[in-house]
Amino acid sequence: MSQLSSQFEEIKEKNQTINAYITFSDLSDNTSNGKLSGKTIAIKDTISTAGLRTTCASKMLENYIPPFDAHVVSLLKNQGATILGKANCDEFAMGSSTEHSAFGVTRNPHDLERVPGGSSGGSAAAVAGNLADLALGSDTGGSIRCPASFCGIVGLKPTYGLVSRYGLIAYGNSLEQIGPMAKNVHDCALLLECISDYDNRDATCVNTKKIKYTEHLDDDISNMKIAVPKEFFGTGTDPKVEETVRNTIDKLASEGAIVEEINIESIKYSLAAYYIIAMSEASSNLARFDGLRYGLHTGKSKDWNELFSNNRKSGFGFEVKRRIMLGTFALSSGYFDEYYIKAQKVRSIITNDFKKIFDKFDAIVGPTMPTLPFKLGEKLTNPLSMYMSDIDTVSANLAGIPSISVPCGYSDNLPIGIQIMSSHFEEKTLLNLGSKIEQIRGFDVE
Amino acid sequence: MLSNDFDGVKIGLEIHCQLTALNTKMFCNCSSDYRGKPPNTLLCTVCTGLPGALPVLNKRALEAAIKIGLALNCKISNNSNFFRKNYFYPDSPKNYQITQYDKAGGEAIANNGTVETNLGSVRITRIQMEEDPGKLQYEGSITTSSNTLIDYNRAGISLVEIVTEPDIVSPKHAREFLNTIQSIVETIGECDSKLDGSMRADANVSISDGRRVEIKNISSFKEVERALNFEITRQKTIQAASKMETRHWDDVRRVTVTLRVKEDEEGYRYFPDPDLPPMNISENYIDEFRQSLPELPDKRLKRFTKEIKLSEEIARILIRNKIVADYFEETLTHEYNPKLLSGWIATDIMGYLNRNNVEFSDLPIESKALASLAKSVSDSKINDSTAKAILLKSLSSGTTIGDLLKSELDNLVSFDDLPKIIDTVISDNPKALEDAKNDSQAIHFLIGQVMKVTKGRANHSKVKELIETKLK
Repeated sequence: MSQLSSQFEEIKEKNQTINAYITFSDLSDNTSNGKLSGKTIAIKDTISTAGLRTTCASKMLENYIPPFDAHVVSLLKNQGATILGKANCDEFAMGSSTEHSAFGVTRNPHDLERVPGGSSGGSAAAVAGNLADLALGSDTGGSIRCPASFCGIVGLKPTYGLVSRYGLIAYGNSLEQIGPMAKNVHDCALLLECISDYDNRDATCVNTKKIKYTEHLDDDISNMKIAVPKEFFGTGTDPKVEETVRNTIDKLASEGAIVEEINIESIKYSLAAYYIIAMSEASSNLARFDGLRYGLHTGKSKDWNELFSNNRKSGFGFEVKRRIMLGTFALSSGYFDEYYIKAQKVRSIITNDFKKIFDKFDAIVGPTMPTLPFKLGEKLTNPLSMYMSDIDTVSANLAGIPSISVPCGYSDNLPIGIQIMSSHFEEKTLLNLGSKIEQIRGFDVE
Repeated sequence: MLSNDFDGVKIGLEIHCQLTALNTKMFCNCSSDYRGKPPNTLLCTVCTGLPGALPVLNKRALEAAIKIGLALNCKISNNSNFFRKNYFYPDSPKNYQITQYDKAGGEAIANNGTVETNLGSVRITRIQMEEDPGKLQYEGSITTSSNTLIDYNRAGISLVEIVTEPDIVSPKHAREFLNTIQSIVETIGECDSKLDGSMRADANVSISDGRRVEIKNISSFKEVERALNFEITRQKTIQAASKMETRHWDDVRRVTVTLRVKEDEEGYRYFPDPDLPPMNISENYIDEFRQSLPELPDKRLKRFTKEIKLSEEIARILIRNKIVADYFEETLTHEYNPKLLSGWIATDIMGYLNRNNVEFSDLPIESKALASLAKSVSDSKINDSTAKAILLKSLSSGTTIGDLLKSELDNLVSFDDLPKIIDTVISDNPKALEDAKNDSQAIHFLIGQVMKVTKGRANHSKVKELIETKLK
């Protein structure tokens, strides 16, 4: 038995507790030589893998095997990565705790009674629990950064258009990006280097100059201008989280960064705008799952209307149904102007406000999550409080700007993440600052 | 129906034109040549809407839409975008259609055009790009079939939808307008209207004080006129439509039947498609197409009447179909006799083809052959009526004009022999010669005698010409 195979057996064993994976690959040897040779990776189950079951953590796609690789998956294979399997997540990426999976909850490796965050909770738990070296997640409103924060790892949501969405099963397609998750900033930068590649199969993908992010990790941060919005420490922010994040910001200041507290008034509307836009898009994106061509099929019905209805009723989980219905409502005649159009206006205002800030500042810093990882089941019956946990992350998705979460401390043995945002295509700044935080925070992630 | 029966009638049309000149579908690389192909063989991840697949606009579809927009005198949008029209139906693999919209920040590719027809001009509201759905097929009748089969080969084929203002005043006007549109898109070369289902029209019609009724499923332009005539009579009989509805044209029974009470456009939950960024179309880019547009039918009409001096009536018949007008111009390159050739084509040939339900493209007479027939007339070898008889005989028998012309000429008394025959006739009728010198009408007696002697095988105009020289 090769070293990899025995390691794979250990991972499968550990997965029985963590449940980070929905499906394991057949561990086919990757003979390509590249930047990721020898690295193992978990891929969120919303990302298509040719010949490897891709479920979106939904009963609807329980037996769906894509005939093609997402662009990012082809890139990983070309760079020699070993794909271990498909990581658990909230069904169709709708959730902040990975509790909404048809394949069971994923547990936080730091405390098995707590959630790993979501929706890319399986990806984060795999990395944090040593079930993979690296992971891919997708982030529509915080789905990479939230679990990165809760599991004490690094997660980056790229600028909208930096990474191809071809093969990513859409939830809110104007908001989401695939992004890297890793134990440290260097590996996160390396993975981003590998997946940020122009792809003409995604019309929203931008053809930009390739950047070697790993070469900018030690750039000088002195005189870097950092804005700290008051709104990121609003009501509902755990004082322990606030204290740890503020301490880290102080350390950045003592490294020469120029820190200034600011206000972004429009941020208070971001959560409402985000949920309206994401759910509206989801109601249309998920319409294709009718069980006719692929996916769950409930058997013969008296007509296609009943067939679609039966298939969707049985295939989708509760939270997915809720979001489809809310989204359908928001797009409906008579409500469209009140909800969807208004949310788009808010989105423009927020985007402009960020633009103005980045005319003066290099980065915005605050907590990734307002709280520590919560207990399994704690927020399951209260969707609003679950939605509230995305309060600090969604604005980056609305504005299309990049954002990273980096571990900055612990409280009650639970990890706390600091979030950094920068201007479009300025991932370099995030990784540079993230790397500095790793050096000054006073601990290593094992 | 008398023309004043159409007082107060308002008709608007929505014409779907497939962009048949494109090799691939609208948002993927699948072949668009779907006619006659085995079901579900021209498919990919995109046009079957597999999870994670994304649409990318075929540039040729945009070009074709811009050209059609310019040809219909529209303003081309600089910031056109795509919307999703959401509805569940098994022929639509994504359960939404990628289309364009004119509200909520939507902008169709072309807007505010006009098209002139000889029964009045028609304003074009907009031209929008959209994808065709797949095709549902039933075993036998739709009501008794136990299965529905779906063929997605057509799913994702590029369409433009041309939407008019309700400026059309009669069913005949509608037909005339459709013929004009057809001729324009054919001239541009983006839609081959002969292909089955490549041009389809929905009509909406209202009469004074009535509600708007939409008629769908009209399979051909001939049917549009029939369906509108039926629907107007129906509405008049029931004292104008009382409800807004969509009706289905049953072309077997030739009646419209209720399909559904009209769903508001808003029921489709239109919103901008996030997968397709707005198209930035510069004026320079549009100008390139404006410069390279071919001669359009209305310009050709002017040239035919002003330069070639055809009557407006004949010219209109010719320009209505690009193939016909091209054929006419080709005959002129062989023999420049526009009056004769245009008359034959517009009246004799098209009349024959219409009566026998034959497409002009299947006309068996080559332009060169028709031109040679005209040349025989110009050269006075045969007269007009003989030529027309040869033309009609060629059409009905399939014998070539060349063969028919040859046997006609072989049968005629040669020009060399004519003077001798005429001399004999004159010497036999000395009085007639004297009469003819005084009375120009009397020449016909002598011509008649020559025809009698030759048993009608002499060239009438040559005989007349020769006798006239004897009168001087």
